[in-house]
Amino acid sequence: MINASLTELRAALDAKRISSVELATLFLDRIAAHNPSLNAFITVDRDGALAAARAADARIAAGNAGPLTGIPLAHKDVFCTEGVLTTCGSKMLSNFVSPYDAHVVSLLKAAGAVNLGKTNMDEFAMGSSNENSHYGPVKNPWDTTRIPGGSSGGSAAAVAARLAPIATGTDTGGSVRQPAGHTGITGIKPTYGVVSRYGMIAYASSLDQGGAFGASAADCAQLLTAMAGFDERDSTSLERPAEDYAREIAAPANDKPLAGLRIGLPREFFAEGMAEDVRAAVEAALDQYRKLGATTVEVSLPNARLAIPAYYVIAPAEASSNLSRFDGVRYGHRAAEYRDLAEMYAKSRAEGFGAEVKRRILVGTYVLSHGYYDAYYLQAQKLRRLIAQDFQAAFRECDVIAGPTSPTTAWAIGEKTDDPVQMYLSDIYTIAVNLAGLPGLSHPCGFGGGNLPVGLQLIGDYFGEARLLGTAHQYQQATDWHLRRPA
Amino acid sequence: MSLTTEQVLRIAGLARIELADGDVEATRAKLNGIFGLIEQMQAVDTSGVEPMSHPQDVAQRLRTDVATEPDRREAFQRVAPQTEAGLYLVPKVIE
Repeated sequence: MINASLTELRAALDAKRISSVELATLFLDRIAAHNPSLNAFITVDRDGALAAARAADARIAAGNAGPLTGIPLAHKDVFCTEGVLTTCGSKMLSNFVSPYDAHVVSLLKAAGAVNLGKTNMDEFAMGSSNENSHYGPVKNPWDTTRIPGGSSGGSAAAVAARLAPIATGTDTGGSVRQPAGHTGITGIKPTYGVVSRYGMIAYASSLDQGGAFGASAADCAQLLTAMAGFDERDSTSLERPAEDYAREIAAPANDKPLAGLRIGLPREFFAEGMAEDVRAAVEAALDQYRKLGATTVEVSLPNARLAIPAYYVIAPAEASSNLSRFDGVRYGHRAAEYRDLAEMYAKSRAEGFGAEVKRRILVGTYVLSHGYYDAYYLQAQKLRRLIAQDFQAAFRECDVIAGPTSPTTAWAIGEKTDDPVQMYLSDIYTIAVNLAGLPGLSHPCGFGGGNLPVGLQLIGDYFGEARLLGTAHQYQQATDWHLRRPA
Repeated sequence: MSLTTEQVLRIAGLARIELADGDVEATRAKLNGIFGLIEQMQAVDTSGVEPMSHPQDVAQRLRTDVATEPDRREAFQRVAPQTEAGLYLVPKVIE
């Protein structure tokens, strides 16, 4: 049951081979056994999970089960959960028991999914290694001296170590795809606007997007289907009909199930900067895709190199505005001693935020300050347009784009903490996708040095989620990387 | 571009984040590293390019002007540092 797919879990629950309470207990016990060494969870909600599991069992007995009824999952601690501590990885929210549910949380509750707890993350989703959490770094289940990636590192590590079958995440510059790659699981970030941001604590609102983690593309497709949908409480939520993201998850029709699929390989992603072990695994995956009938074609994303500079203007600018709400008045940390209101703000924020969050707020405050807006924020938004246009030009020659998720495998804890710029550069292949608002997926495609997982990133055109998931599924039908588990 | 100590203190003031005296130089050095990365943008000629804020170019929705949220003041104030009689308390600002 620990390694079962969602389809297998559904069948076992429906056939009463296992109850939802037994299933939740199985995973809660694994969390109790392994979380002390992995630090993947900030909060474990045993009582809440068992209550939800009992309700799910009643629903299954009554014949009212949906696809996720009784299935355990974990939520990234960026999603507000009513009555449950919601910290966003920050000291600022270390006492914040949310009075309401995020849209994603309420959808999954209504579907009958069983929330096991809240997963660790980089503070306010700012980071690529999970070392920026106030609650300590998450360890990579493949090698606990290494980072799991970030910012959704707790969710990724939990799914990789099978402390939960599936988990939610968010992706502003790669925070679902990059940790999925580093922990050997599958993760998808949909088109911007597909998953509601209501109750998802904001970092950079024009880039933030909820996403799904699972062992396989098939599991991700089921979770994403349950998370997505229009929500009028998010002003950027897209009004579109509901979609079944699993509709292209099908058994191979023949030995060339991907015949006709054109995979674009961006010249810029295969240039220098990619580690040799990553390159070898990615090239082998592309060979596999060709065996499945796909063809590969070189494409170009000439402005992709500008994605990191543009991102580190847009995201901090939006963060400096979003995080101004944390002032010690309505919720969150308030300093113990202060002389007046101004000092209460300044001390509460100095004490409540960690170093990286402060840095990004300061960068954002500067680029939005009087006289600098055009040179920074507006220039970055123009580059964003150029980057998005590059992708549209590429999609005239191909159906999906493929490349590495990250330039290297997971690095050692502590290796990059003193150098923010080196940390930022590790997201070189994922950030452009957020700027363009496109869907992206990472799936495991082998191992590099030290038996560390390598991720392959697939990028789709707008609303191409089902195709990305279907493509990855065909790869996973022919390979077993997604079935490998850490010792 | 390189931020001066005065500029760092000014932005920290605008951002309402207290910077301890001993942290100013280290903060300045890290911020200058980040701006070194950001400055690569300035080499690109973007004249005539329309800035992009949302990938789908959607218009903001309108709704009828009626109250949609129930009164949950008590639940929301339960997580506040200090409240009294339904109000949020802060240090005195008007003498």
